[in-house]
Amino acid sequence: MFPDNLTFSIADWVNGWVDALVTNYGDVFRHISDTLLWAIVSLEGALRATPWWLMLGVVALIAWHATRRILPTLVITGLLFLVGAVGLWDKLMQTLALMLVATLISVLVGIPLGILSARSNRLRAVLMPLLDIMQTMPSFVYLIPVLMLFGLGKVPAIFATVIYAAPPLIRLTDLGIRQVDGEVMEAINAFGANRWQQLFGVQLPLALPSIMAGINQTTMMALSMVVIASMIGARGLGEDVLVGIQTLNVGRGLEAGLAIVILAVVIDRITQAYGRPRHEVSK
Amino acid sequence: MSTQAISKIEVKNVFKIFGDRADEALQLIRNQQSKEQVLSQTGCVVGVNDLSLSIGSGEIFVIMGLSGSGKSTLVRHFNRLIDPTSGQILVDGEDILKYDMEALREFRRRKISMVFQSFGLLPHRNVLDNVAYGLKVRGESKQLCAERAMQWIETVGLKGYEKKYPHQLSGGMRQRVGLARALAADTDIILMDEAFSALDPLIRAEMQDQLLELQKTLHKTIVFITHDLDEAVRIGNRIAILKDGRLIQVGTPQQILHNPADEYVDRFVQRRAIAV
Repeated sequence: MFPDNLTFSIADWVNGWVDALVTNYGDVFRHISDTLLWAIVSLEGALRATPWWLMLGVVALIAWHATRRILPTLVITGLLFLVGAVGLWDKLMQTLALMLVATLISVLVGIPLGILSARSNRLRAVLMPLLDIMQTMPSFVYLIPVLMLFGLGKVPAIFATVIYAAPPLIRLTDLGIRQVDGEVMEAINAFGANRWQQLFGVQLPLALPSIMAGINQTTMMALSMVVIASMIGARGLGEDVLVGIQTLNVGRGLEAGLAIVILAVVIDRITQAYGRPRHEVSK
Repeated sequence: MSTQAISKIEVKNVFKIFGDRADEALQLIRNQQSKEQVLSQTGCVVGVNDLSLSIGSGEIFVIMGLSGSGKSTLVRHFNRLIDPTSGQILVDGEDILKYDMEALREFRRRKISMVFQSFGLLPHRNVLDNVAYGLKVRGESKQLCAERAMQWIETVGLKGYEKKYPHQLSGGMRQRVGLARALAADTDIILMDEAFSALDPLIRAEMQDQLLELQKTLHKTIVFITHDLDEAVRIGNRIAILKDGRLIQVGTPQQILHNPADEYVDRFVQRRAIAV
């Protein structure tokens, strides 16, 4: 038995802190929550209002632009058609909207953080353990305070998703920039390139495959969060999986589960194709 | 030699020490301690040790030494890719160590360019954009960049390759791109850090000829780093020999060959005599 006089607990302290946050800054969080909710709802509305054939056409175009090959384009479009055919189109669009917003926020936060961390070893030393925590901490632990601050629904789902999905993007952006050949950096320095020219002319383009791999990982992890997100009230494909489990309706759960997998495969193929260096594609 | 009358680059008592305890190490090395003693006492590596030299306008000045002699470190002081621990560096009579970031950038854009041993080309840009890089960075118009770059691509003999990417070229061709990039920037001074060392002997000789041919009309101040005495003798107006970050001897190729200053220089010369 561990001696009593050596034990301590941070639970009360954390509880008090969260309570104070809710009472004092509730309005601020409500405001953030409303803005974010408006963004998701508009996007979701737009996606659901788009006719299914137009949507498939747009996806086919993007797939063609990314891969430049006919077979992958057909397979990607066909798989999405299949999801619509089992009657999950509407939910697919809801999940897509949630995932797109989460990915967008992750990119807006992750890429600048990755760039900063590539520039400073000290920031990196602080950031990396933080990212470990974000990735390994069971998501329910931070879902509780997020729920208290933002209420049930889509917004906490987005937050939980971003916390879980942004770390690989930050890591891979940092790695990509650090791996840019030292002599290339020395050369552009010797020609008097300023920081802006270094970053946008050389570092980001050369780190692009790595950054795209990061975005790819982020979308994949965001999708793996949809089931958990549905537990706190976000609608979409995860909801069907959840209902399937709760009512022992294995078939329904499997259908929704496969639809999530299909969405993942589609996005994975497209983002991976964009990650390949352009001039080697055209060769 | 008339070209030596005006000095383009002047280096005065430059020390460069790598490590956390540089100040302490500087004291020791000034008190005539050896490089090894400094390393064992402070853990600092001495890169350049009390070096002074003067490079004339329009000459090809070769800095020679074995690997680890500090020659690549020294040449990076001339455009401040490396800052010295102590000492003075004057270019056209101006102390470049006093430049702030903005002035330094302007100096690198207008006055000095560099060719690298492993080329340092941008892998995601084609030959034309690589050659035009120095011009683009300093904000020249697109048309001027393209025109000038094309002109230099032709001069170095890469016409027809301007749309190719570096990974599609051979080593010799890549270094021609590196050379064209430095020439296109049209700076007074060109630093060449073991520019031809990675090339095979035939291509290397060809590049040396090309450099000499170009220099006849351009009259740039070229600082050329090499570990090869043959190369140094072939292209240098004057040669400086470095050992352990110290200057051992400076002189014309003839002076070096006929009056080696010490046994270290003599060994270089003997090796060459055997090879020839």
